[in-house]
Amino acid sequence: MSTFLGMPQGRVPGPAADTAVGQLTGDRPFPAAARDALGNTQLRRNLAHATSTIRAKRAAVVGEVPDWEALREAGSAIKADTMARLPELLEQLEANVTARGGTVHWARDAAEANRIVLDLVRATGENEVVKVKSMATQEIGLNEALEGAGITAHETDLAELIVQLGHDKPSHILVPAIHRGRSEIREIFAREMPGVDPGLTDEPAVLAAAARTHLREVFLRAKVAVSGANFGVAETGTLTVVESEGNGRMCLTLPETLITVMGIEKVVPTWRDLEVFLQLLPRSSTGERMNPYTSSWAGVTPGDGPQEFHLVLLDNGRTRALADDLGRTALHCIRCSACLNVCPVYERTGGHAYGSVYPGPIGAVLTPFLTGITGGSDPNDSLPYASSLCGACYDVCPVKINIPDLLVELRAEHTEAHAARHRLPTSEAAAMKAAAWVMADPKRFARVGRAATRGRHGIRQGKPVLPLPPPLSGWTASRDVPSPPAETFRDWWARTRGDRP
Amino acid sequence: MSARDEMLARIRRARGDASEGPPVPGSYRVAGEHAPGSDAVVAQLVDRLEDYRATVVRAGGDDVAIGAAVAAALAGRGIHEVVHAPGVPDAWVRGVHVARSDDGTASARDLDAVPAVVTGSVAAVSETGTIALDGGPLCGRRALSLVPDTHVCVVRVQDVVQTVPEGLGRLDPTRPTTLISGPSATSDIELSRVEGVHGPRTLVVVLAG
Repeated sequence: MSTFLGMPQGRVPGPAADTAVGQLTGDRPFPAAARDALGNTQLRRNLAHATSTIRAKRAAVVGEVPDWEALREAGSAIKADTMARLPELLEQLEANVTARGGTVHWARDAAEANRIVLDLVRATGENEVVKVKSMATQEIGLNEALEGAGITAHETDLAELIVQLGHDKPSHILVPAIHRGRSEIREIFAREMPGVDPGLTDEPAVLAAAARTHLREVFLRAKVAVSGANFGVAETGTLTVVESEGNGRMCLTLPETLITVMGIEKVVPTWRDLEVFLQLLPRSSTGERMNPYTSSWAGVTPGDGPQEFHLVLLDNGRTRALADDLGRTALHCIRCSACLNVCPVYERTGGHAYGSVYPGPIGAVLTPFLTGITGGSDPNDSLPYASSLCGACYDVCPVKINIPDLLVELRAEHTEAHAARHRLPTSEAAAMKAAAWVMADPKRFARVGRAATRGRHGIRQGKPVLPLPPPLSGWTASRDVPSPPAETFRDWWARTRGDRP
Repeated sequence: MSARDEMLARIRRARGDASEGPPVPGSYRVAGEHAPGSDAVVAQLVDRLEDYRATVVRAGGDDVAIGAAVAAALAGRGIHEVVHAPGVPDAWVRGVHVARSDDGTASARDLDAVPAVVTGSVAAVSETGTIALDGGPLCGRRALSLVPDTHVCVVRVQDVVQTVPEGLGRLDPTRPTTLISGPSATSDIELSRVEGVHGPRTLVVVLAG
């Protein structure tokens, strides 16, 4: 196991998430997957339209909050405090959920969480469940696990429905079908939705109405629901789900049994903490002052909603991230997706290129912290490089996660892990070592600088005159080569101001 | 070792010695500059709700005036049958042809056959256009305000506060609570907002007082 650079003494990371279960890893490294995405002009048009729309909306509603920065500070501090008190808060949450008639389960990894949920569904005797959009259940591949056991999982969020009917994968945390335009969605509905009106148009209102008609019967008959949770309040045992369409309310209210899968990092200490997050989250995610519906419940309420409630607390690599000072801050994420919408890399490649259900800047750090950096050929090793380090993600993050710093740390960790696994250093590492040797001696540095000026004859308009051999060709394939000047700075100084050292 | 014990042990090992986080700065606004129920917060609530495409109707504070506003809003939509929360005063629904009080026995399918529901509310937040229902007698069980396609919700002016912290401070977190900000909506198609998906497609707010 590699050790984190940012891991203080005495902390022991938990095990990495198993990438064979669930959807935390793609089958190709980011650069290969991104190349395909970049060639898809429809995808790029859809993404550019959607991300520019949401960026403008977010900026407008954030701009009208006079204490936005104070709220970000508070959100960040509440999360840091939560991580420091995590075991006590989870025990408190468990005690309060149990006292109010719920049952709490603990799942060390994805396979265990899937098994718990499957057993609970089987115990009801039902063969279908309705689902509220949930990142945690996507992360663990719950739908596939249920389907493998003959249980149908109906995704009820409109975007998840588009993904499910299109036999597709989600590509965004908030809007999993962001890669689809309205005409593509119309095609999917017309082809896959049973009994859909053949006169369906591609008006968003018409498409939403079709989803309403399609799912209403499912909601009315469903006996079991599976949800995630945005927040779990330790002091009261209150779970909260934030949503827009009302599919969440349907799932949380109408069935007899509710099973909620929640990452351990989603606990917050007190109900009052929600006054911060319920201001930060909607404005950052959908760019609304408040999302249409927020549901809260504590255990079971006689005569109102499901009379059987199960809460599954999930680790799946989170205790690995928790041991690292920076990795711990990746667990602060409230899944708003603002960082995706401002990221120049995400806007061009879309979410599928990242392989994980967590795409974009936060995914590029959270995923490797959960699954580990191998230093080998694991696709997640490439994620920390899926960034230009421009910093836009940090600026918009409602809980101030310093994503650029995390990316840099993970790159360093990857370099070390690679060196530990390989006898030969990477060409980059060799070049850095050579540069260090040159720069260690002033005379040597001056000599090499002078020699480099002669290299300018080999470069025309940013391209080498003669093709470079690998590995240098890998660098020049997508970049211009800066042409060295005719004279080094030292020579210029000596020539023009040699009398004034 | 049980999964529970092992996970807690893992978390304790990963956390290290520091078992207290940094102090949480309380420098964000808790109370707004306008008093609960003031003209300023009421005007802001109306603005926000209308921005969400909810319909806002002003009414006097007495039950008869509320009933008149409820009846007019429903009749204007061609609705003559409602179900209402058990704690809703009779006067609020007297002007509706068929009004049944929810006794908790109607199934979701039964509720789906009713065109509209009338409930009260326990708090509203003007800055975000949010109305809180707490599952009590005035608001009804959660299914009630969810399944019928039109929701007529009475908000009393004195329950309107300016900020989210003020609003949440009025709620009991152990109750099944629903915060409603406009009719159901989605931004899932090209991130354009569309009102009307699974929740009530029409939200009429009767602002009383």
